Amino acid sequence: MEFSRRETLGLALGAAVMTVLPLRASASSSVDERIAAFTGGADMADSGIELTAPEIAENGNTVPIEVSAPGATAIMVLATGNPTPGVATFTFGPLAASQSAATRIRLAGTQDVVAIAKLADGSFAKASAAVKVTIGGCGG
Amino acid sequence: MISRRDFLQVSMATTALVGASGFGNWGRLAAQQSLTQDQLLQFDTYGNISLIHITDIHGQLKPIYFREPSVNLGVGGNKGHVPHITGADFRRAYGINDGSPSAYALTHDDFSALAQGYGRVGGLDRVSTVINAIRADRPDALLLDGGDTWHGSYTCHQTAGQDMVNVMNALKPDAMTFHWEFTLGSDRVNEIVEGLPFAALGQNIFDSEWDEPAELFKPYKFFDRGGAKVAVIGQAFPYMPIANPGWMFPEYSFGIRDEHMQEMVDEVRAAGADVVVLLSHNGFDVDKKMAGVVSGIDVILSGHTHDALPEPVLIGKTHIIASGSNGKFVSRVDLDVRDGQMMGIRHKLIPIFADVIAPDPVISQLIDEQRAPYADQLAEVIGQTDSLLYRRGNFNGTWDDLICDALLSEREADIAMSPGVRWGPSLVPGDDITREDIWNVTSMSYGAAYRSEMTGEFIKVILEDVADNIFNPDPYYQQGGDMVRIGGMGYRIDITKPQGERISEMTLLKTGEMIDADKSYVVSGWASVNEGTEGPMIWDVVEDHIRKQGTVSVNPNTTVKVVGA
Repeated sequence: MEFSRRETLGLALGAAVMTVLPLRASASSSVDERIAAFTGGADMADSGIELTAPEIAENGNTVPIEVSAPGATAIMVLATGNPTPGVATFTFGPLAASQSAATRIRLAGTQDVVAIAKLADGSFAKASAAVKVTIGGCGG
Repeated sequence: MISRRDFLQVSMATTALVGASGFGNWGRLAAQQSLTQDQLLQFDTYGNISLIHITDIHGQLKPIYFREPSVNLGVGGNKGHVPHITGADFRRAYGINDGSPSAYALTHDDFSALAQGYGRVGGLDRVSTVINAIRADRPDALLLDGGDTWHGSYTCHQTAGQDMVNVMNALKPDAMTFHWEFTLGSDRVNEIVEGLPFAALGQNIFDSEWDEPAELFKPYKFFDRGGAKVAVIGQAFPYMPIANPGWMFPEYSFGIRDEHMQEMVDEVRAAGADVVVLLSHNGFDVDKKMAGVVSGIDVILSGHTHDALPEPVLIGKTHIIASGSNGKFVSRVDLDVRDGQMMGIRHKLIPIFADVIAPDPVISQLIDEQRAPYADQLAEVIGQTDSLLYRRGNFNGTWDDLICDALLSEREADIAMSPGVRWGPSLVPGDDITREDIWNVTSMSYGAAYRSEMTGEFIKVILEDVADNIFNPDPYYQQGGDMVRIGGMGYRIDITKPQGERISEMTLLKTGEMIDADKSYVVSGWASVNEGTEGPMIWDVVEDHIRKQGTVSVNPNTTVKVVGA
C-alpha cells in the first residue's frame, strides 16, 4: 500500500509502453516458424478445437485460458504478440480422460492467442482469440 | 433501424401470439399534452407473468432532473440503431411529438425549458407507487433490480450503501445483479449480500483464484409464477476489475463468459424452465450481441449503458428491454407463457414524473429517515448555476466541463481528466448547487484528485485506450462508459479508425500549441483505478471551485472534433 503517485504512474507507464511496442513485426516470423515446426506445414481445420479466453484481460500478467480438443494428442498454445510467443504444448497420452487443459498466461499487450491441436488421425485444428490488454478506468 | 411496423411483424413471426397494444402508446400520450398518474400507469394486464425492471438507480432516493444524451454514437453494426439515435431522430423513430412529456423524458432538446413544465423525475417513493400499482394488478409480479444501486450519492457514500439497501429492501425485490456495488470493497459487499432478503445473481461472478463460480452469488433462481416456471439468470458487469479498481475486490473475477451463460440457459431449460429471463448489467450493445450468440433467452432486462427505450428490441427470439437510469423509469413487462414457451409480450416504459405520480408515504418516510442524520450537510448551498449542468454524452457534458475547470484551477494543472461515467443527475439554469448536487456527480470510494506529470505520448495512449473501450466495433470489447472528459486540451477523434489511429490534433488550449509527444504536462484527474492514488477528494475540489465562482456559467464545449459519426 506504499505506492507513491509517481510509482503508480510508473506502473501505468510501463503497461502502456508494453502495449505500444512493435512486438508483432519481430515476433510474427517466430510464430509462423513455431506453427510450421508443430504442423509440418499441414493445413489446419477451423473446427475441432475450442479456445476459451477473456475478451478483455482483467490482469495482463495472469490471463486464464482453456483449450479443449477431443481426440487430440497434443495442443500448442502461442501468444502471438509476446516477445517469446511460445506458451505451452500440452501432450495427451492414450489414457488421458479428456484432451483439455487450463492455464494462466502473461500477455504483453493486446494480441491474438492461438491454439493448435494435433489430432489422433494426424490432422490439425486451429483456434484463435483476440485478448485485449487495457489500462482501464472510466466504467459507466 | 427496425421501424415499429417491422418490429411487430418480426415479433409475430417468431412467436405464436403477440399482445401488441402495449406498443405505440407514446405518440398518443404525447398528443394529449397532459399527464395523470392513471395514464402513466395504464396497462391492460396481459398473459400470466409480470416483470418489473428498474436499474442503474445510482443512489438517487429523491426526484432529480436527468437530461438524456445528445451524442450517443454507435459503431460497426450498431451505427444508427437504437439506442444510438438521439434528439429528433429518436422522436421520429418512436412517433414522439416535440415538446411532449415523452420528448422531455427521452430526448435532450429544450431540456431546460421543458424541465420547468414537467418538473423532476424519479424518487424511490414514486417508484414504490408504480410497483404497488403493478402488484395490485398482478400480486406475484417479479421485481428485478439490474444493479448500480448502492452507489452515487452523499448518503450512500456515508453509509457505505446502507441507505439504498434499507429503501430497496422495503420495495421487496426478487433478485438483483451488480456493478458499482463492488466498489464498496469486497468485505462490505459480502456483508450486505449475506443479509439480503432476495437473490443476488451473477453467472459471471467467479472466484478469481480458482476461476470457478463464486459461492456467494448464484447464477440463477427459479420462480413459480402464473402456473409457469420462470428462470431468472443474473449477469453482473463483465469488466468491473478493469473499469473500476480491481484491488478493492481482488477475490472476484468477472468477464462476459457467454459459453457459461449458454450452459446456464441449457441447465435451467433442462430443469423445466418455461421462460428464461436474463437480468443483465452487460450494457445494451453487449446484450444485443449476446442475444445472437446464446440461444434460449426469452427476455433480457438490460442495464449499465443507461439507455431508455420505449419499445423492446428483438434479436432472434430474444426481447431486450432498456429501462434508463437514476430512478427515472420503471419497465413493466407482461409475458404470456404457456406449454413451456413464451407466446407473447407486452411492455411499457413508465417514466417516473415526480409531480404526477404520488409518493408512497411509507417509503417517503423511510427515505427521510436515511437522510435525516445528514440533512444539514446535504442542503448546504455552495453556489448557483446559470447553465444547464448535465453529464451524458459521448465526449463532454457541462458538469464535467465544470469539474475539469475545478481541477485546472484548484490543482494548477495544464490538462484535466474526468472519467466518462454515465451517472449523475442534471441541474437547470437558476438552480442552487448544494453539496448533495456535487456529490451526486462525484461520489465514489476512489475519488482522490491526483496531480502528476504525463508526457504527450502517454496522454495519447490514455485517450486511444479509452476510445477503443467505447468505439471498438465489437461490443464484447466495449466497457460501456463514455469518452474521458478533457479540460485544457482539444483533440480530434475519428471513431471509425482502429486503436492508435483515432486521436489526432491534440492541442494545449492555453497556448494554442500542439501537444509534444516527448514533453511533460501537469495533469490532474480523479477516479484513478490505481491503488494508492493521492490527492484531495474530488467533491472538495469542486466545492472549493464553485464557492469561489458564486454563480457558475459553462460555455458550450467545442474542443473535441468528432469525425466518422
